[in-house]
Amino acid sequence: MSLNTPRIRIPRSARAGEVIEIRTLIEHPMETGIRIDGTRPPPRDMLDRLVVRMNGAPILEAELKNGTAANPYHVFFVRMDRTSEFEFVWSDERGRSVRAVHRVNVG
Amino acid sequence: MKRRAVLGSLLLVPVAWPCLAAAESDVQAAIRAAAGDVEPREGGIVLSLPARAENGAQVPVTVLVDSPQTAELHVQAITLIATRNPTPGVATFRLSPALARAELQTRVRLAEDQTLIAIARMSDGTVRRAAAEARLVVGGCV
Repeated sequence: MSLNTPRIRIPRSARAGEVIEIRTLIEHPMETGIRIDGTRPPPRDMLDRLVVRMNGAPILEAELKNGTAANPYHVFFVRMDRTSEFEFVWSDERGRSVRAVHRVNVG
Repeated sequence: MKRRAVLGSLLLVPVAWPCLAAAESDVQAAIRAAAGDVEPREGGIVLSLPARAENGAQVPVTVLVDSPQTAELHVQAITLIATRNPTPGVATFRLSPALARAELQTRVRLAEDQTLIAIARMSDGTVRRAAAEARLVVGGCV
């Protein structure tokens, strides 16, 4: 089983100096393996990390814990000075990962 | 007789199984891990939740730190802590000054009505703290 393909909303282009909004969502159960109602929990299955890089440099690194909801969703804002490549990598506690790359043109 | 009837009816009232909240010491440890040895100050940070969340399994949260996001002064990390979940950790975000503003939106899982805490560590060594009350229609008890 590989990780699901993430959904990323990011503009294809921006004006120099413009602040763009980036929205990411990845379908994942974020199963903590904890049940407090006495039922038997399914095995733990958690994404524990999201790293976003802009032109190779990390701009946002998230460590995800039990309190992050299923289908982790994150929104953040970046100022665009030049055409840039964004790389998004999610990884889970078992070491699997999924990567997406988007380019935003400035001009 | 009357008393017995009252007691009997009480027993029939369905009682929601209380969620197993994290120990206070776990919450304090999570705050210390986020703030280090610095005493967090209120102000300069806003944590927003819906007035009443439909579903505890998916509660939208926004954290906004008042920060110029320059090399000199920016937010280094934001940690979200749930005070009445089985485990307090929600997420920790490390930010670079490339983020135009120190704002993050995410969705959290809350087992019951509780206080959510945001801790922001600034590049000048100060630490800011905000809290918000979450009121749920249905708990995300997992």
